[in-house]
Amino acid sequence: MTLDLLLFLGLALIAVLAAAGMLASRDAVYSALFLVLNFLTVAMLYLLLNAAFIAMVQVTVYAGAIMVLFLFVIMLLGTGREVIGGPQRWQPALAVLLVAALAGEILFILLGPAAQMGTEMLAAGPQFGSPASVGRVLFSEYLVPFEVISILLLVAMVGAIVITRVQRRSQS
Amino acid sequence: MNIPPAYVLALSGILFAMGVLGVMIRRNAIVIFMSIELMLNSANLVLIGAARAMAPAVEALRGHVFVFFVIAVAAAEVAVGLALIVAIFRTKGTIDVDEVSSLRG
Repeated sequence: MTLDLLLFLGLALIAVLAAAGMLASRDAVYSALFLVLNFLTVAMLYLLLNAAFIAMVQVTVYAGAIMVLFLFVIMLLGTGREVIGGPQRWQPALAVLLVAALAGEILFILLGPAAQMGTEMLAAGPQFGSPASVGRVLFSEYLVPFEVISILLLVAMVGAIVITRVQRRSQS
Repeated sequence: MNIPPAYVLALSGILFAMGVLGVMIRRNAIVIFMSIELMLNSANLVLIGAARAMAPAVEALRGHVFVFFVIAVAAAEVAVGLALIVAIFRTKGTIDVDEVSSLRG
């Protein structure tokens, strides 16, 4: 049991508990805050897996920008407490059953290739996953997809503005 | 570095299943959307774990680049999705997915 493995297991436990908290909280604000905790924990896991650049992107974009957007919309629309299950009492039980089956299948399928990867990771060196090394791949091999992504973000921005404006015009 | 790759894949599989569970049992459209983000995140964890398992090779960095793209697409998706939820709230007055059933035959 090395320090790395202990850290990983601790972070994995926090991530799963935060996800469970997100599913169980009745209030959407608590769900959002649990999701922030989950994202931050996954960012720590990225750091543990030598992905420093992606970890920082995860913190700024996911835990920062995206979750602020979520919280902003929750504040805008108000938070009604929802009753999990609703009119169909049997539905959550059936969902848990089906998801347990799905989880079993996912683990069965994923752990086959994982066994071929061996049980230990080789040393990666300090350069692996640093902003410089990821940037070199991103701006040489993947330059065109990178530019396409910028257009996609622009289109999404325009689309969001148009979707929320249409209603106002039809009212006036 | 002593984390077996299987552990990383198992964790992301569990997180993905929890995201699916959230989509199935919750009724608040925003929380359903958050569960979808959880699933995207678990897929990213698989990519980072696989990249780390092939670590010394420079080609493994493609996994990191792919995660970068997925995060960018997720940001675009959140912007449009939340705009749709706001638009639904304006017309229906609710974001409970059971109440939004105009298309039911």
